[in-house]
Amino acid sequence: MIIKDKSIISDDWVVLRLAETDAPESVNVPAGRVIVPLAVWLAQRDALETRAELGAELGVWLQSDQRAEALQGDVERFAVIAVDFPRFGDGRGYSIAYHLRNRLHYRGELRAIGDVLRDQMFYMQRVGFNAFAPRAGKDIHEALKSLDDFSEVYQASSDEAQPLFRRVER
Amino acid sequence: MMYRYDQFDHQITAQRVAQFRDQVRRRLSGELTEDEFRILRLQNGLYMQIHAYMMRVAVPYGLLSAPQVRMLAHISRKYDRDYGHFTTRQNIQFNWLKLEDAPDVLADLASVEMHANQTSGNCIRNITCDEFAGVARDEIVDPRPYAELLRQWSTFHPEFGYLPRKFKFAMTGATHDRAAIAVNDIGLQAVRNEQGEVGFRVLVGGGLGRTPVIGTEIAAFVPWQHIITYAESIVRVYNEHGRRDNMYKSRIKILVNAIGIAEFRRQVEEDWKFTKDGPCTVTRAELDRIAACFTSPAYESLADLDVAASQPGNQAFANWLHRNVKPHKVAGYAAVVLSLKKTGMAPGDATARQMDAAAELADRYSFGELRVTHMQNLVLADVKQSELFALWQQASELDMATPNIGLLTDIICCPGGDFCTLANARSIPLAKAIAKCFDDIDFLHDIGDLDLNISGCVNACAHHHVGHIGILGVEKSGEEWYQVTIGGDQGNHSAIGKVIGRSFSFGQVPEVLARLLQVYVRERFDDERFIDTLRRIGADPFKEYVYATPIEDCKGLAGPEYDLLKQGTPYDMPYYSPRF
Ligand code: SF4
Repeated sequence: MIIKDKSIISDDWVVLRLAETDAPESVNVPAGRVIVPLAVWLAQRDALETRAELGAELGVWLQSDQRAEALQGDVERFAVIAVDFPRFGDGRGYSIAYHLRNRLHYRGELRAIGDVLRDQMFYMQRVGFNAFAPRAGKDIHEALKSLDDFSEVYQASSDEAQPLFRRVER
Repeated sequence: MMYRYDQFDHQITAQRVAQFRDQVRRRLSGELTEDEFRILRLQNGLYMQIHAYMMRVAVPYGLLSAPQVRMLAHISRKYDRDYGHFTTRQNIQFNWLKLEDAPDVLADLASVEMHANQTSGNCIRNITCDEFAGVARDEIVDPRPYAELLRQWSTFHPEFGYLPRKFKFAMTGATHDRAAIAVNDIGLQAVRNEQGEVGFRVLVGGGLGRTPVIGTEIAAFVPWQHIITYAESIVRVYNEHGRRDNMYKSRIKILVNAIGIAEFRRQVEEDWKFTKDGPCTVTRAELDRIAACFTSPAYESLADLDVAASQPGNQAFANWLHRNVKPHKVAGYAAVVLSLKKTGMAPGDATARQMDAAAELADRYSFGELRVTHMQNLVLADVKQSELFALWQQASELDMATPNIGLLTDIICCPGGDFCTLANARSIPLAKAIAKCFDDIDFLHDIGDLDLNISGCVNACAHHHVGHIGILGVEKSGEEWYQVTIGGDQGNHSAIGKVIGRSFSFGQVPEVLARLLQVYVRERFDDERFIDTLRRIGADPFKEYVYATPIEDCKGLAGPEYDLLKQGTPYDMPYYSPRF
């Protein structure tokens, strides 16, 4: 189950994570809905595009030390782009999401994966994530509540193009 | 006057309290682990120290109203031990809180338009400002409306809640920098261009701690409309590229040094291209709305007075006028520093009674407002010169009129080994010992301007690198020792002090200071300050004299409060210092 667009839904995407011994160019991408690492997308692009032409949906995920720009020009090919949070304290994923939404104009599903906890989800939602796969063992119904922690915010981000001072009469 | 919350500020603050109340509930029920909770509580100003939880309450750019100060006094009585500690970032800390009470403390704060948001954690911290903003004679631009703009922009900024490390802004609008802008991650100096338009000179990458660095200019003039988008680009580049593998290399100063200011500037400008002139550009209407809160109070039209002459022969009052009373831009008024550095008190501490009384003084003499200084004192910014004598009498009764502002005993001091779990050595007892050894006001006045800063460890919460004399607690074979640096300075001539040599025991430090001062007195020209003599003759004569003969322990430092701190005291709970 994941949270998507503020609902809890079942989900059949599989996140492919490379083992130590896997090489991006040779790792087997299983059939079905797979979110592949950026390196695999770059190494097996032709094969993955062929799959897409046959009707398969593509997903890709970025590590926190990778840049959104690596997907420049390609974002519309993906049904899902995911950003991994290796630790919940690693905040690079917030800027990656901001770039995907605001600079690359990605409009599809943007999913937070990895060490995703409810207390970070409000900020994640603001920078552009609309889907969340909370860390295993956490109550997803509880997590959903945090998306409504604040009903008003000061700054612009991916969710609000205008800062508060332009949106309301203060 | 100061910023007042509108309905949106109230609502956001209230929702934050509710959010944290729920997080505390989940922590107490075990639903959240300490590891998960730590970041959340830090972003609400809550630390776990040696004895208890400590909360650092934000005092945005150091400004407080009398009702707010009364609330701080109330909180200290109700939830703490009847006192608070003012910090070098113009905030106030309560040292003895219970976790269960923290949400109620935040709710009490919210009732007077205060909070503890982002006073810790790896996020944008409280923005510090010139303590004489709005009243200083050398002010070009009142920085407070811009500081408030940045406060709102940085509050719960969703992209910057989990930076590589904490991030500090400081701002001044005067020719003389009283906000230490050169030792902050971003330093902003409000200036006017030839057309008279307001903008900011922007410094980046300053900071103290393990690797002290003076900030570098990244932009000579960013027009005020663009300050939010420009700052955002700096923080974004830092968020993406700052190091996260090593806590000691994670500040922006390390990134700027590693890639060079030119490359860093290029990356910032590259990012800024996308947002400059976009919706986050500040509007005149918003600036005017905020600036309207900072209008001058209703000054009477008065003439400047020769106040000292009105009390002939009163040396104590004259000393106070000389040290604690500062010039004001309006004739007939003065700004008054209430000293929190009386001998015997921990530097920066104020009791509940003092806080209440200070609020009373503010109401009576200074349009109901106070400021907190980065030297850990309070300021009444708008006092009629004709009322200085009455104010002095009352402040004296409250132990807040020690005439030592800017002198040796106006010590900047971190909490150190008494509270902070990262400490190598105690700071407060040493500050008290020094104050006791040099408790002679005539001598102190003769020595004149001297910044003495004491940090209990290399994290440098008391900015020892920029003290004219800096003292740093170090640990050697499990015992506390103190390293002494000289030649640091803050403000327009910011400099990092240099270590004079091997370190000293607690008891030796007063004698070391005495020797440094003896060299100064021997070598100085007429009105030369310690730091100027030192710059002129260099550090060698000081070093030679200090180490020339064996250094005795200071007499009269008997008693448990001066005993050597033994390291290895087992801390049985996780802990975090004010520094983090
Ligand atoms: S971390 Fe800061 S407060 Fe603690 S001892 Fe070090 S300098 Fe002092």
